Amino acid sequence: MKSLFTLKKYFYARKNKLLAGVFFILLSTVSQVMIPLFLKSGIDSILNAHDYSRIAYYAGLILAASAFSGVFRFFTRFTIGRLSREIETDLRLDLWKHLQTLPLSYFKETPTGDLMAHATNDISAVRMFIGPAILHSVDTALKTSFIIVIIASLNFELTIYSLLPLPFLSFFVYKLSGIIHHKFAAIQSKFSDLTAKAQESFSGIRIIKSYVRTENEISEFNKLSSEYLDKNMEKIKVQAWFMPVLLFIAGTSGIIVIWAGGNMAINNSLTLGELSAFISYLVMLIWPMITFGWVLNIIQQSAASMKRLNIIFNRAPDVSDTEAETASQFLVKGEIEFKNVSLRYHSNLPFILKNINIKIPAGSTVAIIGRTGSGKSSLVNLLPRLYDVTSGKIFIDGTEIKKIPLKVLRKSMGVVPQDAFLFSDSIEENILYGAEARNNGLFEAAVRISRIDKDVRAFADGYKSVIGEKGVTLSGGQKQRVALARALAVNPKILILDDSFSAIDAGTEEEILNNLKEFKKDKTLIIISHRISTVKNADKIYALDRGSIAEEGNHSQLLKLNGLYADLYRKQLLEKELDELG
Amino acid sequence: MRNRGFGISSDEILGKAYDSKLMKRLLQYVKPYAKYVAFAILLNVVVAGLGPLRPYLMKIAIDEHIAKHDYNGLLNIVLILFAVLIFQAVVRYFLTYFTQLMGQKIIYDLRIKIFAHIQNLSLKFFDKTPIGRLVTRVTNDVESLNQLFSSGIITIFSDVFIIIWIFIFMFSMAWELALVTLSVIPFLFYATFLFRKKVRNAYRSVRFHLARLNSYMQEHISGIYIVQLFTKEKAEEKKFKAINDDYKDVNIKSIFYYAMFFPVVEFLSSTAVALIIWYGGGEAVQGAITIGVLLAFIQYTEMFFRPIRDLSEKYNILQTAMASSERIFKLLDTKEIIPDPENPKKFDKVAGEIIFKNVWFSYTEKDYVLRDISFKIESGKTAAIVGATGAGKTSVINILNRFYEIEKGTVLLDGVDIRKIKKEELRKHISLVLQDVLLFAGTIKSNISLNNPAIGDDEIVEAAKIVGIHDFILSLPNGYDEEVKEKGATLSGGQKQLISFARALVYNPQILILDEATSSVDTETEMLIQKATRNLLKNRTAIVIAHRLSTIKNADKIIVIHRGEIRESGSHRELLAKKDIYFKLYQLQYKEQENFIL
Repeated sequence: MKSLFTLKKYFYARKNKLLAGVFFILLSTVSQVMIPLFLKSGIDSILNAHDYSRIAYYAGLILAASAFSGVFRFFTRFTIGRLSREIETDLRLDLWKHLQTLPLSYFKETPTGDLMAHATNDISAVRMFIGPAILHSVDTALKTSFIIVIIASLNFELTIYSLLPLPFLSFFVYKLSGIIHHKFAAIQSKFSDLTAKAQESFSGIRIIKSYVRTENEISEFNKLSSEYLDKNMEKIKVQAWFMPVLLFIAGTSGIIVIWAGGNMAINNSLTLGELSAFISYLVMLIWPMITFGWVLNIIQQSAASMKRLNIIFNRAPDVSDTEAETASQFLVKGEIEFKNVSLRYHSNLPFILKNINIKIPAGSTVAIIGRTGSGKSSLVNLLPRLYDVTSGKIFIDGTEIKKIPLKVLRKSMGVVPQDAFLFSDSIEENILYGAEARNNGLFEAAVRISRIDKDVRAFADGYKSVIGEKGVTLSGGQKQRVALARALAVNPKILILDDSFSAIDAGTEEEILNNLKEFKKDKTLIIISHRISTVKNADKIYALDRGSIAEEGNHSQLLKLNGLYADLYRKQLLEKELDELG
Repeated sequence: MRNRGFGISSDEILGKAYDSKLMKRLLQYVKPYAKYVAFAILLNVVVAGLGPLRPYLMKIAIDEHIAKHDYNGLLNIVLILFAVLIFQAVVRYFLTYFTQLMGQKIIYDLRIKIFAHIQNLSLKFFDKTPIGRLVTRVTNDVESLNQLFSSGIITIFSDVFIIIWIFIFMFSMAWELALVTLSVIPFLFYATFLFRKKVRNAYRSVRFHLARLNSYMQEHISGIYIVQLFTKEKAEEKKFKAINDDYKDVNIKSIFYYAMFFPVVEFLSSTAVALIIWYGGGEAVQGAITIGVLLAFIQYTEMFFRPIRDLSEKYNILQTAMASSERIFKLLDTKEIIPDPENPKKFDKVAGEIIFKNVWFSYTEKDYVLRDISFKIESGKTAAIVGATGAGKTSVINILNRFYEIEKGTVLLDGVDIRKIKKEELRKHISLVLQDVLLFAGTIKSNISLNNPAIGDDEIVEAAKIVGIHDFILSLPNGYDEEVKEKGATLSGGQKQLISFARALVYNPQILILDEATSSVDTETEMLIQKATRNLLKNRTAIVIAHRLSTIKNADKIIVIHRGEIRESGSHRELLAKKDIYFKLYQLQYKEQENFIL
């Protein structure tokens, strides 16, 4: 329950709407509870006065009260409903803002599906608290107190009798919906089993088919399906009592009124009009009583959801500006130094990088080469602080990167990540993603250098072509080149290419590398690759092996060492020969 | 671009609200439960009548007993009312229970039918269909039909019966007053109709914007590091806010309609009550009707409005169900199945001689992955297939057990064209060991036997001993009954491979297809795997996509595939001597392993 206090500030920001909503509930409830009173007067005047005009008068009052109540009911629902949607929207926006500040490690350990579930299901559950729960709690409280006051003033004794069963109703709804919720959780867990089974059977289709186990898979799935059916029926067995018992308790209340009230009417201590008003009021009370039990459950569920959301909100961003000292005008020149840098992703995981010492003069080109898993990507991910080092320090232009504001640091770099992730926007939007605008000639330069220009010419919509299901499907090489153009368009001081030519053919790669030479001038370039052809012209090459620097030097120096690098070189020559066999 | 969420996926687009063809097909699944339907309808008639009976009984209580000062008569009516109440509760319980049971059974039938259908589809189908989509068909899509069967169809009957009963009671008590009361009905229908139309559109745009919001989040969570690298947090926040706000706005629009509809219905209901008081009051003054009738009518009004109001909710159920069933039936109509021969050859025992004769194969038309492949493996011999990545090695093994059909040529097993053998029969003689070992949820034991009851515990242990994983399994807390966690996370890559070897062994096939894993393992495991491989290949015909030098050296024949064609074949020594493709491949991939061979 405490978790819901997080919502305080959202309510506070919209307190006028909340107050208006409550006020509307009050108005609509007041006019609604008048209706049975007019009904009573109408019926009594039929019986006693035999006065036709008075009957029409009461009929008119019923209509007027109903219209009045209806108008305010509309305002109530609209105001509170809107309020709940607005707060939901704010909450989701805040969640998003917060997510954007979290480090890459958080997203690696949290499945996207979980985050999606929080952003949709949990926020929805919280909205149910803001909307229906508040609306119905206020409505129930007001309606119940008004009605009890009115019927007690009509006939106190009958009020006591008729209200006797109603607390049972709330209690029953509360208890039963608790049990149902519990059974529902069991159903959900069976449902995930079923989903997991389907997922597994479809992924393992080759093994299943080749070992002729199709029948077995089907029968296992049938078994799970039937268990799922049983779990559902367990819930249904309980749930099916819900409405019958509810109506039974409410009906009992009505019968008590008929019996006791009937007796009073026979004694002339109650008019028939009063009796029918009683019955109307009871009908009016039943719904709030039912909702009351239901609302209690909603509150519990939304509290649980809010608790889950608070866990995310309370997750502090590991990488932050807390230590930033330099001004935001800090100008990066591009000299980089790694000093005794080690990295591991978690204290119980092995080190990915061990004691790395690298010094890169501004404006030079450095290449890092090594096998898959040798730590190449982890090394460059440290520069824009996607992760922070476990120990050691990284300096740019002699300033430790933690002391440079994140924004300045990252703006000075252009990164082409390994997977060349692009958004499903147009090619132009993707290329200009990090750029300020498309007017300084950088765009043209970027598409030319990356050689994406010749490909785009073939698309009907040119640079406006949308990437993805609804637009053009790019090949791996095209994606890498768009990602390269995106990094170039930022006009970075430091350009980082993380295995960015893996899907690009050798010819195009050579063109791009040549183009980069003129673009580079005073820029620092870091190239990660497992291809010798990509790195051989670098000023300095580092060969990484299991997290440590095994060899360093330029191409010819490394070849002379006759180690890791030389071995790779020989293999790639062979590969090339094989490839040329045709 | 992994985890892509491009705009709105095809799953999100809503179909028609009602489609008689789809409905007819859906009703096919109700047929086996005709008895349930009949029983439910019977209970419905009863329960629908019991509700409207109560105001009638109250009318009698007021007119006959209260008005006539008859205490005992009142008590009798109260007792009857109470009995009716209990009876109604009980009947209602059974009604709900049985309709829900029926709904559950129908969706169970449908679910297992879809699952079995998917299981029998060809691999070509799996290649082009994302697994997530298939999972949705057997889970969520089926689930959304549940409501249609369990509450939708039956309650429409119930609503109709309630309305009929109320008509009967009203008209038999006072037909003129009934007509006056019912005069609001056309307005109610009109309001409902308008509301339905508006809400339907609103519902569509809510779904549309929700899909947009979800795909935005999905995509940007996957690409969060791009956002961070290019310091676009502020800009993305703005974009997100716009999408989030759009979603809010369409929701508020639909709130508007709901907020409108319910007060209008209530107002109409009050209008009916006012009419009863005004017109019926006049009649009562003249003594044409009793006050009890008046009170009964007021209660009927309340009863009457509920079912009509509920119709709008039913409409949503129908709409969702139609969309889901359309997707389900589309899948069930997919007929991508590799056919079995009409008069299959009996194939109980095989010697294991394999011949590929001028085989051409492509995954997509015209783009041949294998060209004119011919080779022969004698019974009991091992052929190693080597070649660079993408040379077509995997295609060779995909063809032998008819995962895919070849375009030209023939594959013969013991001289019989494999297309003349039933797929099941063919596959029974072939065990497949894949590079990526997929372990299923269950125990170590069930992963070896794949739950085949014909395989005894001692056979499983025997197989595990032969491949050398037995001691490791015993070291686990529950031995062979140790649970295998999701994707086998608790086992190392090497251990998983050995388990898949044991799996292949326990099925004791005459033919073995082995796609060796490339992932590196520690020396100890490497030795275990080499030994296990030798045991596995003993006395069997085997095709191995070899990544281990030891396997290649032990093979009877090496087939070198390059760009879909066989370029060389022979023994290790012969091929090395040629100093051509194999020689290069050897230097590239295998030479390093020289020191590791047992």
